[in-house]
Amino acid sequence: MSDHLSSYEPKNAFSKWMDSRLPVMRMMHGQFVDFPTPRNLNYMWTFGGILTFMLMVQIVSGLVLSMHYQASDADAFNSVEAIRRDVNYGWLLRNIHAVGASMFFFAVYLHMARGLYYGSYKAPREILWILGVIIFLLMMATGFMGYALVWGQMSFWGVTVITNLFSAIPLVGGAITKWLWGGYSVSGVTLNRFFSLHFLLPFVITGVVMLHIWALHVVGQNNPTGLDIKTKSDSVPMLPFAIMKDAFALAMFVLIYAWFIFFVPNYLGDADNYIEANPLSTPPHIVPEWYFLPFYAILRSIPSKLGGVVMMFGSIALLAFLPWLDTSNVRSAKYRPKFKWFLWAFFFSVIALGYLGGKPAEGSYVIWSRVFTAYYFIFFLVIMPVLGLIEKPLKLPNSIMDAVLGGGGPMAGSAAAAAPEKR
Amino acid sequence: MGYLVDTVLIYFEEAVLASETKMRSAGTATGQHGAAGDQAEPTRRDFITTAALGWAGVGGAISLWPFIQQMNPDASTQALSSTEVDLAPIKEGQAITVLWRGKPVFIRNRTKDEIAKAKETPLASLNDKTAENGALPERATADDANRVKKGKENWLVLVGICTHLGCIPKGQSLADARGDFGGYFCPCHGSHYDTSGRIRKGPAPRNLEVPPYEFVSDTKIKIG
Ligand code: HEM
Ligand code: FES
Repeated sequence: MSDHLSSYEPKNAFSKWMDSRLPVMRMMHGQFVDFPTPRNLNYMWTFGGILTFMLMVQIVSGLVLSMHYQASDADAFNSVEAIRRDVNYGWLLRNIHAVGASMFFFAVYLHMARGLYYGSYKAPREILWILGVIIFLLMMATGFMGYALVWGQMSFWGVTVITNLFSAIPLVGGAITKWLWGGYSVSGVTLNRFFSLHFLLPFVITGVVMLHIWALHVVGQNNPTGLDIKTKSDSVPMLPFAIMKDAFALAMFVLIYAWFIFFVPNYLGDADNYIEANPLSTPPHIVPEWYFLPFYAILRSIPSKLGGVVMMFGSIALLAFLPWLDTSNVRSAKYRPKFKWFLWAFFFSVIALGYLGGKPAEGSYVIWSRVFTAYYFIFFLVIMPVLGLIEKPLKLPNSIMDAVLGGGGPMAGSAAAAAPEKR
Repeated sequence: MGYLVDTVLIYFEEAVLASETKMRSAGTATGQHGAAGDQAEPTRRDFITTAALGWAGVGGAISLWPFIQQMNPDASTQALSSTEVDLAPIKEGQAITVLWRGKPVFIRNRTKDEIAKAKETPLASLNDKTAENGALPERATADDANRVKKGKENWLVLVGICTHLGCIPKGQSLADARGDFGGYFCPCHGSHYDTSGRIRKGPAPRNLEVPPYEFVSDTKIKIG
């Protein structure tokens, strides 16, 4: 894909003048108009565009919220209430931002599941994948600090529990937590720095997203067959094909998003967060936002403090090593009859962990959390490396075009050759 | 400073020399004069380049310090740190919570029964065998005697923060669940503390901390 040249032709005098000085239109045209996309992409490939959209929504809505928000322990909670009740359209902006965070994570989980299923992390997409893991980590940090800003009971105690994770680090843990808090406990000082960072991180994410897309456009998109684009007939130009599909998916996504914003804005939140933070009383049942629950379940399933923290961060860090943990040279799970089922079991485990993370840490909930946590790690550390060596994959189609036409062998090959060029 | 200036000057001097050498050798294209001289010179240049970069690196690292240090609690936060509490109104079996350095401190007037239970617990059955009492040496054991003041065994004073992930354990009010050992129970992830505030069951690694405090009169303590 890196050898793909833009077919951009400046039409008028100004664009010609511009093109020989800053060829930004040429670049955009090459990367987002006539860029070759595999012709067999399904709807799972629309989440990248949706995520880009959500990032912009969060930045724009966050920027206007920050014009009314006060980052101090005395005023934060009331300023959010004022946004909801007094500020013109504040209720809408706040709902857009709060629900937006959930939708953002919903999309990123599907985006990542897509990558796992179709082997998008394998060569030559390792850097692309690792940049994705970095974005995911930054998103988690941003979401966590954003939730703190509301300064309700869940905000406060969520921050307390999560920052205390660092106290598990041997020797320096205590000093690190004190440094993070800027005091001896979570306080307005902590809130203030979280606001600064919550404002900053989305722009850092934007930077990493640019690298992510750059890396994508160097190696090209993966597709449901996991095969490379070999001939021109395997691909279609991004505009109109991929762009129209993305636009339709985005419209459907926004429909769901809007339903949450206008009808059930608090469905995904926690009622306790409408009680102002009180450092003297812990709510009986602390739960993070839904998108952190699987990792929270892993944390709680380990009966040792340091162990729990290591496993929780480990479960995310592990993702960065997938390109080397998976030993199979077939990308798509479609052609890996055994791996496919282990992978579905993995998806089930993550959802189960999400459910268990929201339940009290007692009795059978703990036992099941341990079972699914164990599978999470076994899947990556044992099944992935071993299965790749012993599994016999299904026969791969000769090309993307063959897969689309449903055949294999010479017949399909000639059909591909005869297919009319789409441009 | 002088050293830095010298280093930079030498660096530029060397750079100029180097480019002159390069131009000369480029001029004589396949000239033999390259080999020996070119090999000797880069090592000297490399040394100076490395030294200069290293020096800049040290400067860069040092200038990070204020940016990191600003996040630590400042002197004014560290200073505001003692609270006096009148114990007279707390009857046997009752408890109150006060705030010290932004943290809750539990003060409990223990019953005879609670004291007896705490005293007879053998050290071997404790998860954390150290006193966690700032007033005592680090190696002091977690016997009940090391968790309270001599002659004032009924007063248990603890930082009311679970040593797991910082929730506030239940057990201060009479209606609270006190866990399997009759002291405190942390509902966040299920840690049980006994009547001396020692961890007995659950993920918390350490006993509840005993803050530094002293009796300023018979019924008054000063924490901090
Ligand atoms: C990656 C993008 C972002 C994510 C995932 C995110 C996430 C969040 C979350 C989860 C909350 C708490 C929502 C609630 O329950 O009310 C929040 C609040 C907030 N965010 Fe963001 N945010 C993002 C970008 C931004 C940006 C760029 C700004 C500022 C320029 C910003 C400013 C704020 C403010 C002022 C609040 C507090 C007001 C409120 O809670 O409604 N956010 N954010
Ligand atoms: S914070 Fe008390 S058990 Fe986790």
